[in-house]
Amino acid sequence: MIAIDILGLEKTYSVGFWRKKPKCALRPLHLRVEEGEIFGFLGPNGAGKTTTLKMLMGLVYPTSGSARILDMEINDPRMKAQIGFLPEQPYFYDYLTAGELLDYYGQLSGVASKDRPRKVRDVLERVGLADVTRVQLRKFSKGMLQRVGIAQAILHDPRIVFLDEPMSGLDPMGRREVRDLMEQLKHEGKTVFFSTHILSDAEALCDRVAIIHLGELRSVGAVADLTSSIEGNVELIWHGNKVPPAMNALGAECHITGDTVRAVLLEGNQEAALEALRREHLRIISLIPVRTSLEEYFVRKLQPNKAVAGVTS
Amino acid sequence: MNGRIVHIASNTFREAVRDRVLYNLIVFALLMSGAAILVGQISIGIERLVVVNLGLTAVSLFGVVIAIFIGIGLVSKEIDKRTLYTVLSRPVQRWEFIVGKFFGLAGTLVVNTFFMALGVFAALLYVSQHFHASDGWVLVALYFIILQFLIITALALLFSSFSSPLLSAVFAFALFVIGTFSEDLRGFAGMTHGITRWLATGTAYLVPNFSALNVISSVAHEQPVSGHLILSNTAYALVYSSMALCGAVLIFERRNLK
Repeated sequence: MIAIDILGLEKTYSVGFWRKKPKCALRPLHLRVEEGEIFGFLGPNGAGKTTTLKMLMGLVYPTSGSARILDMEINDPRMKAQIGFLPEQPYFYDYLTAGELLDYYGQLSGVASKDRPRKVRDVLERVGLADVTRVQLRKFSKGMLQRVGIAQAILHDPRIVFLDEPMSGLDPMGRREVRDLMEQLKHEGKTVFFSTHILSDAEALCDRVAIIHLGELRSVGAVADLTSSIEGNVELIWHGNKVPPAMNALGAECHITGDTVRAVLLEGNQEAALEALRREHLRIISLIPVRTSLEEYFVRKLQPNKAVAGVTS
Repeated sequence: MNGRIVHIASNTFREAVRDRVLYNLIVFALLMSGAAILVGQISIGIERLVVVNLGLTAVSLFGVVIAIFIGIGLVSKEIDKRTLYTVLSRPVQRWEFIVGKFFGLAGTLVVNTFFMALGVFAALLYVSQHFHASDGWVLVALYFIILQFLIITALALLFSSFSSPLLSAVFAFALFVIGTFSEDLRGFAGMTHGITRWLATGTAYLVPNFSALNVISSVAHEQPVSGHLILSNTAYALVYSSMALCGAVLIFERRNLK
């Protein structure tokens, strides 16, 4: 089943003193997320990630286009009862304790009063805040507030969880815990749609990612498909400290360490490089493909003039 | 009432209590006890009149200040601090949020007025030694003051839904002052001609008629309040605050929460 179906969602703001100058925050966006996926929405700051999430949450109205979540309109209260949302850099009612805040959100989400105390206790334990249930949020650190934010997003057992920069403000341990939590949510059959610009997190977690830049969707697909779509490099190591002149002509980056030479070159030039080494009677130790990272793919995607074959859907 | 509105209202009330808004009651209690002791010593025969005038005026002013200064932040503060995002991403409609906020602040003001009323009656008992039948009209004056609060809260919310807190405070306070003199504005309209008359009459009917809701002076002089005035003031306050609330909802429904 399709969890999120975005059909040409577009947002243009009017800026300037007379509000006559249009500023495009998001070009028509078409995107589908299947139920049960962890979907990463990647892009640099100002790319349009938060605008998209706000439109899906009904906080900002689209200039044109529409979206359906769980096959319901985005302003349908029945749909909103089945989703959870963590905004970017969340801020909560700081006069409430963590327990009171979650109880309030549980009331608004329609969680039955007999189930609320148990759900609040369980979710606080799940995000590692069980011992600060009765502490007012004004005494919480940024990382603790982020955990409260995640707790309120999953409190009512939603089918889809939207997380805007969920790792923001967390220390390495906290990031690890959030990653584990997202994987647990996936195992429970939930869909996780999260925006981030921390690519290692996306690479480790996501079934599929979309890359957005300057309000425009650049590519969508599984991480492995995307990274394999660009021409990769190979690492070639041979014995000795001699670099054949042909290697430089092939654009290889060579480093001599002791009695071995390590060269990195384009995959397409590997046969010519091997031939050059054989001609010089050099003993080849290894030839290993260098995997293109998501980060490398991402950086290439953001460069306007560099053609990169991508997988789009 | 819809459950979500009740939850939003009770959270708004809790916020006011935790932000120590009800601490104004301490200042009010000090004012009333000081006034009762002082009036008892310097006024002969008019102690009741002074205590009722002073007490009810203080109840009104304290409440108006609370209604304006909390009311103007009810929506804008939630947008600025982004606390609204996690509320509206739940099955909460925007109109439910506005109405819940309104009832939360109105409830705070009613509770505040209740405790202040106890202070006024305690001061009255101190200066008169016993209650009179005419003291019942003080309750009617207090009821009218609460009706004023409903209108001001709705107006503060209306301004808060599209304007900055500072401008909202200026607008709400200006309307309170103009509304207090709305009878004079109507009198002025009656004396003018042509377009000035139209403008003055239009303004007089547009601004809230707080003069009709102010019976402090007549109650202090032990004059009764007619049942007709009670009914018409109730209907007027309910219609006026509902319209202001509808305006706030209409604006807020269309607003992009950037």
